[in-house]
Amino acid sequence: MSSRPIKFYQVGSHAAGNRLLDPELLSVAADPNRSNSITKGHRACQGCGEALGARYALDAAMRATDGQLIAANATGCLEVFSTPYPESSWQMPWLHSLFGNAPAVASGIAAALKAKGRSDVRVVGQGGDGGTVDIGLACLSGMFERNDDVLYICYDNEAYMNTGVQRSGSTPPAARTMTTQAVGSEPGNPFGQGKNLPLIAMAHEIPYVATATVADLRDLEAKVERAMGMRGARYLHILVTCPLGWSSAAGETIKVARLATETGLFPVFEAIDGEVSAVSKIRHLRPVEEYLELQGRYRHLFQPERRVDVLAHIQAIADRNIARYGLL
Amino acid sequence: MLEQLEGSRAVARTVAMCRPEVIPAYPISPQTHIVEALSAMVKDGELSPCEFVNVESEYAAMSVAIGASATGARTYTATASQGLLYMAEALYNASGLGLPIVMTIANRAIGAPINIWNDHSDSMSQRDSGWIQLYVESNQEAVDMHVLAFRLAEELSLPVMVCMDGFILTHAYERIDLPSAQQVDGFLPAYEPRQVLDPAEPVTIGAMVGPEAFMEVKYLAHVKQLQALELIPELSAELTRTLGREQHGLMREYRCEDAETIVVALGSVLGTIEDAIDELRERGVRIGAIGIKAFRPFPLEALRGAIGQATRVVVIEKALALGIGGIVAQNVRNAIAPSSAQVCTVIAGLGGRPITTSSLCGLFEDAVADRLGAMTFLDLNTELVERELERTRSARRSGPHAENMLRDVGAIAAGPV
Repeated sequence: MSSRPIKFYQVGSHAAGNRLLDPELLSVAADPNRSNSITKGHRACQGCGEALGARYALDAAMRATDGQLIAANATGCLEVFSTPYPESSWQMPWLHSLFGNAPAVASGIAAALKAKGRSDVRVVGQGGDGGTVDIGLACLSGMFERNDDVLYICYDNEAYMNTGVQRSGSTPPAARTMTTQAVGSEPGNPFGQGKNLPLIAMAHEIPYVATATVADLRDLEAKVERAMGMRGARYLHILVTCPLGWSSAAGETIKVARLATETGLFPVFEAIDGEVSAVSKIRHLRPVEEYLELQGRYRHLFQPERRVDVLAHIQAIADRNIARYGLL
Repeated sequence: MLEQLEGSRAVARTVAMCRPEVIPAYPISPQTHIVEALSAMVKDGELSPCEFVNVESEYAAMSVAIGASATGARTYTATASQGLLYMAEALYNASGLGLPIVMTIANRAIGAPINIWNDHSDSMSQRDSGWIQLYVESNQEAVDMHVLAFRLAEELSLPVMVCMDGFILTHAYERIDLPSAQQVDGFLPAYEPRQVLDPAEPVTIGAMVGPEAFMEVKYLAHVKQLQALELIPELSAELTRTLGREQHGLMREYRCEDAETIVVALGSVLGTIEDAIDELRERGVRIGAIGIKAFRPFPLEALRGAIGQATRVVVIEKALALGIGGIVAQNVRNAIAPSSAQVCTVIAGLGGRPITTSSLCGLFEDAVADRLGAMTFLDLNTELVERELERTRSARRSGPHAENMLRDVGAIAAGPV
């Protein structure tokens, strides 16, 4: 009988898998020395993927820089739920300026640090998909092309969740939002629209571009660490489940994010200097329906009747990703 | 040392002496010569340590400035016109966060129609953005005012705009007495921020503030602006001693002593106004002028005192608040109420229209003879306007105003486009 090596996957702070790993491979989720850049008491929804992603990304960046880190934050859920006056969840120097300018603010911080000779202090800019792919794109592109020493992290929950779930340039086809409602002959967000920011970032030929999800936090941490080991403009695009906007169960945040990758709808990869350098292979290929049917934003594809045509269209997008990035 | 210098270059060299650490910049006429000169100084190391960041928009310029200033760097930029409007959201943010950024405005009109020449529409549109606004009337004053602006900004932890007339000043070559590096260093200590992003002492800046405290935060911002009404005269007096040149504080009075009629204005037009006043004074007319230097905060009390017993105030302004009229005049009325002095608004020089001594002399003669209406457009081509109005009355699709009127004055030789 052939045996398969057992793989343990990071599924959160108290997973049994953690305790079975070698100490050096253990997640630091429960480490008392963890920086807790974004600490308890914030107002994120139950099951918020962005809160989880931000915590792991920033704590990894704090570890990689020995705590010498400054963050510039775009307006959005992350900003709002973390700083309800007079409280702040941030245990690190943190600046919120505007919705569309976080990359430029981060550039300004980096420029000031350079002028002051503080090469030990590093900069993270961060925002949601609206602040990144839409209103902040010009500032982000400028930061990229100047190759400013900033890691910019986009927490992509695929719509404007903070304002009540409106479509963004990152909303996937057929998804229901409050401005792409599930009505008419082609319900939800139209096909053939939207932008792929990791590819746009790669077109700037910046040193490092990567995608990640909250389903694989070790991978996310490793990518942040790799990014902080480099200088220049770096971009990390993290898919973060939004139970509120996606109408998914709060307890299924990780499962939904994992299915996004295992269907091929969200390719997880790294790119160095504009070329794809590594790809996370799909372990168990799943049909897109398994991902879609967990989310109320796609309910109109299953009720009142099954929209075979639309499901096939979405499956074709996943198939294209699988072929394009070599995900199998 | 006395030198023959272009206004922009004089400002650039003065800013350089103020030792900025970060200069984000985006080109827009007529401001570009300033940042071009600074970019060269940064590139050849003369300004080291200083970072010059070529950004992709004015919005990014102010955003980079916000990040840099919040990290404790002395930060400078310059813009004009459309660029200032494109910054608008970030302007309010910089002042709301209390960041002492200094910015030169090379005053220019706002389109449409697009126009690169001088008026004050740009900075006037941002008068309530929370920035301190200083207006200069000469390039020497522009030089001195920039030194003052950095000190003022950093003492109050508020951003400051130094407004100088585009082209008229920025591109004029004049005799300038640049301060020495020692004079500037003596007047302007190293920047000690009140708040700074520092991993050694982590702070949250820019948190959400709800109804519990928003009013109080805004009230404090107002109080801080008003503190500049005390601080500007103090710093002016100190800078006068440092440079050996008189600085004028909140405002400058010209032949106001026994004046029955007082002309109020901002910027370079004051030179022409003074020439006109000299002419009228020679004819025995009791007329004087007040040049406002600090428009925000507005020097209500000082202006009230300076206008004193004058019975007529003529406000000449290079901006127009559509639907109401004069912007400066509204502020002047606030200052002199409940005085019975009559305030006349004169809109002049929009989009670079020359304001001549002869036009002003005629205007002031009308004023002292009580022939001047509440609202005047200096040298307005009424015939041109009437023709266009008639066109709009006679045809539904009468076309765009600007192009029609350009054709009427012969600026476009061809027929309808």
